Amino acid sequence: MNAVYLAQDPTLADFGKDPWWLVLIKVVFAFVVAVLATLLGVWFERRVVGRMAVRPGPNQAGPFGLLQTLADGLKMAFKEDILPKAADKVVFFFAPTISVICAVTALSVVPFGPMVSIFGHHTPLQVTDVPVAVLVLLACSSMGIYGIVLGGWASGSTYPLLGGLRSSAQMISYEVAMGLSIVAVFMTAGTMSTSGIVAAQGDATRLTILGTEVPAPGWYAILLLPSFIIFFISTVGETNRAPFDLPEAESELVAGYMTEYSSLKFALFMLSEYVAMVTMSAVTTTLFLGGWRAPWPITLWEGANSGWWPMLWFFGKVIALVFVFVWLRGTLPRLRYDQFMRFGWKVLLPINLVWILVLAGLRSIEGWQTRDRLLATAVGAGVLLLATLLWPSRKPKPKPSLQEQANSRPHGSFPLPPMDLQVPPSPRTKRVVAEREPANVAAGSDSREV
Amino acid sequence: MTTQTVLAAAGGVSGGEEVTFWILAPLALLGAIGMVAARNAVHSALWLVLTMLCLGVFYVLQAGPFIGMVQIIVYTGAIMMLFLFVLMLVGRDASDSLIETLRGQRVAAVLLGLGFAGLVGGGLYRALDGVQAVGLEQANAEGNVQGIARLLFTKYVFAFELTSALLITAAVGAMVLAHVERRKEDKMDQVATMKARFAPGNYPGPKPGPGVFATSSSVATPARLPDGRLTERGISTILPVRELTAEDTSLKGTDR
Repeated sequence: MNAVYLAQDPTLADFGKDPWWLVLIKVVFAFVVAVLATLLGVWFERRVVGRMAVRPGPNQAGPFGLLQTLADGLKMAFKEDILPKAADKVVFFFAPTISVICAVTALSVVPFGPMVSIFGHHTPLQVTDVPVAVLVLLACSSMGIYGIVLGGWASGSTYPLLGGLRSSAQMISYEVAMGLSIVAVFMTAGTMSTSGIVAAQGDATRLTILGTEVPAPGWYAILLLPSFIIFFISTVGETNRAPFDLPEAESELVAGYMTEYSSLKFALFMLSEYVAMVTMSAVTTTLFLGGWRAPWPITLWEGANSGWWPMLWFFGKVIALVFVFVWLRGTLPRLRYDQFMRFGWKVLLPINLVWILVLAGLRSIEGWQTRDRLLATAVGAGVLLLATLLWPSRKPKPKPSLQEQANSRPHGSFPLPPMDLQVPPSPRTKRVVAEREPANVAAGSDSREV
Repeated sequence: MTTQTVLAAAGGVSGGEEVTFWILAPLALLGAIGMVAARNAVHSALWLVLTMLCLGVFYVLQAGPFIGMVQIIVYTGAIMMLFLFVLMLVGRDASDSLIETLRGQRVAAVLLGLGFAGLVGGGLYRALDGVQAVGLEQANAEGNVQGIARLLFTKYVFAFELTSALLITAAVGAMVLAHVERRKEDKMDQVATMKARFAPGNYPGPKPGPGVFATSSSVATPARLPDGRLTERGISTILPVRELTAEDTSLKGTDR
C-alpha cells in the first residue's frame, strides 16, 4: 500500500474533493489537536518551567500530573462568572470567543502530513488549502488580537484597557516584521499555499561534492536563516508570550486584558493563548522547518515521508518549538515597553528589509553566467566594504579620570573622602575568624559539595 | 478554485456562492447601517469590521482570493486596529451627542444618502445588466497572486511607486508635525540627575519628615536637622499658618 503513495506531495488540485464526512473528520481532528494542545501544553509548560526552576512542577493529579490542567479547567468552569458593572456587556462576552475562533481557524490550513488513505479515500492530511493559505494564517492571527483588545476595552477598568492598548500597538508593529519575513519564503517557494511551501522545501537542490551527490538542505530555516529568526521572534510578540507578554504583564498591569475575566471566559482566553502558541509553532514548522518532512538522518529511510509517519515528524517539530517558547519564558525577563517597540521597529524591520533586498539581488543574478555573477557579487561586496570603511564614526571623548572629575566639582560640593583612602582591615575580624572552631562534619557521600 | 474561476467567467453562480452571498450581504448591510447608527465610537468601528470582513469574503468568492485576504489583513487587521487604538487612547466613553448642531441635518443626510445610493445602484444596474464578464480566466491564468504581481510590477509600477512614495511622505510629515524633539542638552540622564543632586545648594539626602527630631509630634512643627537647626522643609506647604488667639489657648473647661 505504502509503495503507491511514495513521495506524494499534495498539490492544490488535491483539495476540495473530499466527501462531507471526511471533511468533518479533518475539522474535528484539527479542533481536537487544538484542545489537546492546550491541555497538554499547560502541563508541559508548567513541568518544563518547573524543571528549569529546580522544582518538580505539577505531579499529583494523574500520572506525571498530566490531569492537572483538566482539573484546573473543571475548577474554572465552576467558578463564579463575574460581569463588571462598567463592562460593555456584549463586547465583553464576545471578546474571548473571537480569540479562540481565530486561533483554532488558523489550524485549518496547516498541513499535518502528505497524502494518505482514509477509508479508501486518497486525501491530504490537511483540512484545506487555498492559493493564499499563508495570508489566511496572517489574517487569523491579526483578527485574534481583536479578542484581546476588545476584552481589554470592554472590561471598563484601567488595567485591562492599558493591556488592550499595548496589545494593539504590539500586534501592528510585529505583524509588519512577520509579514516581511514571510515575503522571503514567498520569493523562494514561489507560492503562498502551505502545501506548496512544504513541497518546495522537499525537492532540494543536489550539490556534487567530491564526486558524491549530497542533497543540500531544503529547509528555509537554513536557506533563509535571518527570516526564520525574525519570524520566530515576531511570533513570540504576536502570541503575547514572555518576554513580550506586555499586555498581561502581571508585575505592571495585574493581569492585563484578563484582569476582569473569570470562570469560563478566562478559560477561553487561556485556551486561545495556548492554541495560538501551538498554531504559531505549526506555522513556523510549515514555513521554515520543512513541515511534515522528516529531518535529515531519518530521510535515509525511503518511507520516511509517506503514509502516516510524517505526522510524527510534524508533531515532533511542533513540540520542539513549543519547548523553545517555554524556554524563552523560563529564561528571559520581560522587556520594557519602549525597548520592545524599539526592537521591533528599529532592529527587526530594517534587518528584514536589507535581507529581502539581498535575497532579491541574489535571486535575480541566479540565471546569469558564472563570470557575471561573480562580478555582480564582487561589486556588491565592494560597495558594502567601502561603506563600512567610509562610514563617519564618532570618536568618543576620553573620559576624565576620577581625580579630574573630583577637582572639577564646584566649590561647596558634597564632601568626598580622599581618593587614596585606604581602610585598614579591622583587627577584630581576624580574631573572630581565628577563634571560630572548624565544623566537625563527618565526611559523607556529599561532603565535596559542602 | 479553477471551477470557481470558470463559473465566474461564464457568469454563472454556484449554489455555494449564492448561499454565502445571501447570508453575508445582509450582514454587510447591517454592519454599514450599524456603523452609522451606533452611538459609541468603538461599537461603530466594530460594525465597520463586520462589513469589511463580509467584503473580504465576497472578494474571495469573486475569484480574487488575494485581494480578499489583503482586505482582511490590512483593513480589518491593521487599519481598524489603529482606529481602535486611537479611540481607546481618546477615552472609552467617547459617545456621540444626540443634539443636532444644524437643524434638519439628520433628515437631509438620510435623504441625500438614499438618493446617492439609488443613483449609484441604478447606474450600475443599467450599465452592467446583461454584461458578460470576460477575461477573468486569462487574468487568473497563471494564478491570481501572480497575475496581480505581474500587473503591479510591470504596467502599473509607476503608479504603485508613486502611491507608496505619497504614503511615506504622509507618514513622515505626520511624524515631523507630531514629534517634539527635545534637544540632547535638555535631556537629564541619570548622571546629570545625580550631579544636580549633589551640586552645592541642594541637600542630597531625603527631606526630613514632620516631627522627626522635633519637640512635638504635630505635623505643623518644623523638623530639626541633625545639627540642631530647624528646617521649614519638614512642614507641608498646604498647612495654613495661623496664630492662636488667647481664646484658643485658654482652658476650655473640659477638666471640670
